[in-house]
Amino acid sequence: MAKKKRGAPPEVNAGSMADIAFLLLIFFLVTTTIGVDQGISRKLPPFQDNPQVPPINERNILTVLVNMDDQLLVEEGIMELKDLRQTAIRFLDNNGDGSCTYCEEGANDKSSSDNPTKAVISLSNDGETSYKMYLAVQNELVAAYNYLRDRECRKRYGVTFTELDYIVSDPASKGKYSEEEISKMEENVKVIQELYPQRLSEAEPKKSN
Amino acid sequence: MSKFNKKKTGEVPAISTASLPDIVFMLLFFFMVATTMKDSDLMIENKLPNADQTSKLFKKDYIMYIYAGKPSDRYQSTYGSNARVQLNDKLSEPKEIQSFVAVERASRNSSAEPYLTASLKIDKDVKMGLVSEIKQELRKADQLKVNYTATQGSVTK
Repeated sequence: MAKKKRGAPPEVNAGSMADIAFLLLIFFLVTTTIGVDQGISRKLPPFQDNPQVPPINERNILTVLVNMDDQLLVEEGIMELKDLRQTAIRFLDNNGDGSCTYCEEGANDKSSSDNPTKAVISLSNDGETSYKMYLAVQNELVAAYNYLRDRECRKRYGVTFTELDYIVSDPASKGKYSEEEISKMEENVKVIQELYPQRLSEAEPKKSN
Repeated sequence: MSKFNKKKTGEVPAISTASLPDIVFMLLFFFMVATTMKDSDLMIENKLPNADQTSKLFKKDYIMYIYAGKPSDRYQSTYGSNARVQLNDKLSEPKEIQSFVAVERASRNSSAEPYLTASLKIDKDVKMGLVSEIKQELRKADQLKVNYTATQGSVTK
């Protein structure tokens, strides 16, 4: 004897909808990992079987060594990581032969680099060095170049080099800027790169086994 | 002139919660859209080191990922505890990178090739011996644009 109700069907109670939505929300909140999509961009040198060593004057090279215990040796003296950036800046901007008209930080030390276009930073590490330390050193050296390039670029064009370089190398900026603007920025980037060429050489790590 | 001072008396009316689901749904959609699911299941530990001179990577179409690190706990019995390279979904030897790069290149638009970057996601405890092997292989494969992917932060901590 089922009772039959007539008329409009009863309304569905939507009060618990919020609870369900909250549940989903919390699930996505917990599982979300905002992706890491940034890092230090570098360009590797092309592969050669027997690389030739170009003649470079000893004073134009800043040797940076990292040993298996993650200790830093710069120009044959132990150094803390936090001092590396300033040392590199001073080395690059040294202007020993006085030909660099745009250098500011330099001490015009005759025993250090001649000018930024000749200065080379040579980095070598041990096979047992940790990647963390390696990247920290890379970071500091890139920071030194970025600092000098940004300074020069801001003086000349009013923007930082890092911004300019990013726009030029990003394939997506073709839609945002006209071709003319991009080629002009490209030229500016080249000018700065010639003033402060990034000559950061990396030696193969010594095998230690 | 009593028009303006109609004072309501009695209880405060209850706040309607009818729009609560809408607000929650809005948040939900935001997180659903912002979520990026991982492309490949990582079989290795992958804690990235810190750096503060980072720049943002370009669109995903131009990136190939190379992972390296110690196999995670549940794979250590099969693969040992030495740091390994992971390409796509499986642990590989560094010398497989060359063919990996070739496959990645072939699967992209040829117009994307000059922008193609290898994103190196390497655990911070990996030794440089392995990292330089990876770099050497990339150089042999003529994949010279690399990005040491890192988390934003101070290196000295």
